[in-house]
Amino acid sequence: MMISNKKILPIAFIVTCCMLSFAQAQNVDLFAEKDEPIRDIVTSTFKTTRIVNGHSIENVGKGILDFKILHRFGQLSDGAYSLFGLDQASMRLGLDYGISKTLMVGVGRSTFEKQYDGFMKLRLLSQSTGGINFPFALSYAGTMIYKSLKNTSTTIKPYETDRFTYAHQLIFARKFGDYFSLQLTPTLFHYNLVSTSNMPNDFISVGIGMRERISKRVNFTQEYYYRVNKLEGYYNSFSVGFDIETGGHVFQLHVTNSTGMTERTFINETTGEWGKGNIRFGFNVSRVFTVRKPKEFRK
Amino acid sequence: MNKSILKLAFVLALGIFSFSANAQKVYSTKTGQIFFNATGGIEKIAAVNNQTDSKFVEQTGQMIFAVLVKGFKFENQLMEDHFNENYMESSKFPKADFKGFITNIKEINFAKDGTYPVTVDGSLTIHGVSNKVSTTGTMKIEKGVPQIEGAFKIKIKDYGITGMYIGDKIAADAAITINCKY
Repeated sequence: MMISNKKILPIAFIVTCCMLSFAQAQNVDLFAEKDEPIRDIVTSTFKTTRIVNGHSIENVGKGILDFKILHRFGQLSDGAYSLFGLDQASMRLGLDYGISKTLMVGVGRSTFEKQYDGFMKLRLLSQSTGGINFPFALSYAGTMIYKSLKNTSTTIKPYETDRFTYAHQLIFARKFGDYFSLQLTPTLFHYNLVSTSNMPNDFISVGIGMRERISKRVNFTQEYYYRVNKLEGYYNSFSVGFDIETGGHVFQLHVTNSTGMTERTFINETTGEWGKGNIRFGFNVSRVFTVRKPKEFRK
Repeated sequence: MNKSILKLAFVLALGIFSFSANAQKVYSTKTGQIFFNATGGIEKIAAVNNQTDSKFVEQTGQMIFAVLVKGFKFENQLMEDHFNENYMESSKFPKADFKGFITNIKEINFAKDGTYPVTVDGSLTIHGVSNKVSTTGTMKIEKGVPQIEGAFKIKIKDYGITGMYIGDKIAADAAITINCKY
């Protein structure tokens, strides 16, 4: 199309007029502006980093040190003579630290088999709504357990490396509103040493955990681990409990059929049977300390 | 033909220029700071949000502030969780905002450096509850860049926020400080 000089002026005039009238109508109204959708990452799927014995999807915050005392009494079936298990105790003392928002590490020492354990938990995906919708969160937890109990056998002299067990866990979790959260935890174990040659070194199990909010400060929790291939003579771990929050603490009170509190011990080597009353009362106490303040508070 | 197109483009550009000169000037930031302190006892209960979205119009004085409640950072992670989960119910009410006017915007000369007192009237919405707020602050102009500072107090209970520690470990009134550079 040819545009001649004659035509240009009227066109330009009309366009300019349009724009001016447009500008006149263009009085800014900030109140009428629409909100952009903003990605909202779901938090507090579980109340603390453990459901009962096992890991939850939660990490401790960056720069936060979490001192955890896990305590299990003896079996209810021991009867009145040992005050229904209260005479006995099994413990794990642990220190967890948040290196970043997505990575935490922890160490622990258990009275059971005089175990030392170390773990890392890494958040891979987060559940979110708004700008980006994603239906669940995913973390990986890797644990290494060292049994330091002295070897009493005279016939077998195990290597030092035989004392190690490894656990790899993928944690899938979803929070359904404020009142209910569900978690699936497929787990793979590797034993460096097993007791007989025809036993496999690797074991698979799947955990299912949930949290139900009862009030603002009290939550009901359940945790069950199903063993796909299993060591004979042991039972699946099942625990029910309550999470109770106060200012700087989270108390977890529960009943479980497991004695040990490291992954290998409670998932694979639970000796108690619920039906026979081989269950124990236990509690976890968590106290958090701010070791490194968020950068907003550093001066 | 080329020449005439150039001419057209030039006139159009002129038109656009006149259009932008006629539009109202909006100052905005996405990195404003809002700090609050609600310490009631020994334990410090304070948080800061450095991602405050704020805008104001030079001609009308209309202004807005908006924050994501989850964007408030506490020194203590557990406190932050409780803040979001038990007090602010952040998944239900993800945003807090203020909509109002700088009532004396005409007294500010944006071309001249200096510190001007401002009064702001409007409506503050927190936890889904709106209340009228009126406060004073200052606007500093430095090389055409305005910076607003202000402080005011709100009653936590006025916003339907409940909890047994309010009025005890948590102060009944939260002191809010704003610092936004546009």
